Amino acid sequence: MQRPHIAVHKFSSCDGCQLAFLNAGEDLLELAQLVDIRHFLEAGIADEYAQVDIAFVEGSISTSEELTRIQRVRANSRFVVTLGACATAGGLQALRNLDDSNEAWKHAVYAQPEFIQTLDQAEPVSAHIEVDFELWGCPVNGQQVLAAVQQLLFGVTPLDPRDKVCMECKRQHAVCVMVTEGRPCMGPVTRTGCGALCPRFGRDCYACFGPAENLNTDAMSQRLQGLGLPPSDIARRFLFINSHAPAFHAAGRPFYREGFADD
Amino acid sequence: MTERRVSIHVPAMTRVEGEGSLRLRIEHGKIEELALDIFEPPRYFEKFLEGRRYHEVMDIVARICGICPIAYQMSAAQALENAFGITPTAWVRDMRRVFYCGEWLQSHALHVHLLAAPDFLGFDSVIGMAEKHPEAVRRGLRLQGLGNELIRLLGARSVHPVGACVGGFFRAPTTEQVAAMRDRLSAALPDAEALVAWSAALPVPDDDQAFVNVSLRHPSDYPFAEGRIVSDNGLDIAIDDYDQHFEEQHRSQSTALFSALHGEAYLVGPLARLNLNLDRLPAASRELLAQTGISFPSSNMFHSLLARAMEIHIAVVEAMRLLEYYAEPPIAHVEVTPVAGVGCGATEAPRGLLWQRYELDDQGIIRDARIVPPTSQNQARLEVDLQQSLRAFGLDQADDALRLRAETVIRNYDPCISCATHFLKIDVERR
Ligand code: SF4
Ligand code: SF4
Repeated sequence: MQRPHIAVHKFSSCDGCQLAFLNAGEDLLELAQLVDIRHFLEAGIADEYAQVDIAFVEGSISTSEELTRIQRVRANSRFVVTLGACATAGGLQALRNLDDSNEAWKHAVYAQPEFIQTLDQAEPVSAHIEVDFELWGCPVNGQQVLAAVQQLLFGVTPLDPRDKVCMECKRQHAVCVMVTEGRPCMGPVTRTGCGALCPRFGRDCYACFGPAENLNTDAMSQRLQGLGLPPSDIARRFLFINSHAPAFHAAGRPFYREGFADD
Repeated sequence: MTERRVSIHVPAMTRVEGEGSLRLRIEHGKIEELALDIFEPPRYFEKFLEGRRYHEVMDIVARICGICPIAYQMSAAQALENAFGITPTAWVRDMRRVFYCGEWLQSHALHVHLLAAPDFLGFDSVIGMAEKHPEAVRRGLRLQGLGNELIRLLGARSVHPVGACVGGFFRAPTTEQVAAMRDRLSAALPDAEALVAWSAALPVPDDDQAFVNVSLRHPSDYPFAEGRIVSDNGLDIAIDDYDQHFEEQHRSQSTALFSALHGEAYLVGPLARLNLNLDRLPAASRELLAQTGISFPSSNMFHSLLARAMEIHIAVVEAMRLLEYYAEPPIAHVEVTPVAGVGCGATEAPRGLLWQRYELDDQGIIRDARIVPPTSQNQARLEVDLQQSLRAFGLDQADDALRLRAETVIRNYDPCISCATHFLKIDVERR
């Protein structure tokens, strides 16, 4: 039987999500036996045009070259799976979308901005092509990625944990940092998947796994106000790693003034 | 007259990434033009840092690079602490070194085994290499895994760790956790030693070049998270004075910025660090290096791989030393009260000196940010190296051989873009 073909593609990102594969140690070598890795630049395998069963995509779409490339990935792949906050929700770099800052920032950073080709927005993959499955997190949880690969290889739709970090905290018997220390923890609105790492390390969750399902952002905002956060800080909480995710965008926008200014 | 036009297209690379090309024009057996143009989709970190609170900075800058987030976090922490006039405790400074050891282990092991070694052993990728050299690859994966463990001890996860903060760490590891880590470290020591011997025996080209080395220098130890900036041509400055000696420029058709020291190209990274800090090696590492029979300082750029292997050994030995008499501290971080001001930070990322500068208002909000990563500092040196290496290699070599040599040279800098093995496409025109 022919081994399934997979590819890992990179767009605007930090490379952190593909490390889910490269940090897998023995599991990576095992995976390389189970599947035929056709394209994975960071592992030294290059065949950009390969037809594959599953394409994993890291990074947001922020240039016209990337737009062409993601369309080709779609055309050449049976399943497209996004890996992490950048690909799934635009990531940190989507902060430029808030005030349409692309042009201004380009001029501020580069002496010769005319050579810098970028799209005005940094957007999630799903803004441009159909995506079959999305994995959240900045970075994704490596265990989740490997489990998803297994499930897809067996033709099963991977499990998609949509609970809140809060629930995970309770399961882990972690002390609530909001109740005991008054920290502005985003656990009540953030998707689980990390294992409630931040509260377990004594700090507030900053929502790197994006919005949970059935979340109550109004209650969250009131809670943050109750903790004494000014509007600009409430905006900063929602408009961070996943600022372009619709639920967080809608929740943070009313508190936002250009450049996170106060008043 | 033969004009041979070699245009090399880079379809996708990482961080210094996207699209790029090496333009190489050879006429009458001479290089008439050589330019490495790199296009990385800009993510504008320095701009969206403006308006954020100081305590968000570490979680932001980590996302510049998934392979060396700790380097970005540690330079940022130092810069912000300098701006606020805070001195971290001795425990925090030690643990930052341990944290950093984890990152060097992880990043160097990844580079040596997954990215660089296949070049010298004639494989396309680590997957192919694993079939012929399973033990070497497994050893590399074990060391990489150990680095990740060490990072998790202090940071909870290895990519974009959440454990560090301005002032120290959110939580101190327990003595039990540290004891378990110590056992793992001492068990890994033979792996690190074997790796150095193996790296020293790899068939690398002999290619001596003259270049300026730049790195941090610490009063007593091998440099990780603090020190002065020195070079082997007489530079010895405080990190605050970086701007007076180094200049960053933007060249057209590239998103990479080029840095120069007094107008000259220079090298940062493992080879520069080792060359400049031979007298700061832990005793065990010094002995091991002597056993290789290769003399340092070295001006063969291809000894970078051996330098990385040496730094893996240094990281294991240092982490063992720093954790030996571990005791849980009364506090894991000092409290921070923001004040208006400016602060600089510089630490040694796996790929070299990483400098940052922040300006903050009295609310602790970032008003201006500057970040100079190692890759842009090596950019100019990399071009000079390509010139010299290709000439030494022989410009009459076949296109494929030239391309492979160019790739090997570039990858040797581990410049993030190197992550791709066959990233240079070659397209030759002859007239
Ligand atoms: S989601 Fe986060 S970890 Fe993943 S590529 Fe983007 S910035 Fe890196
Ligand atoms: S607790 Fe929140 S911020 Fe921390 S790792 Fe989990 S999802 Fe990310």
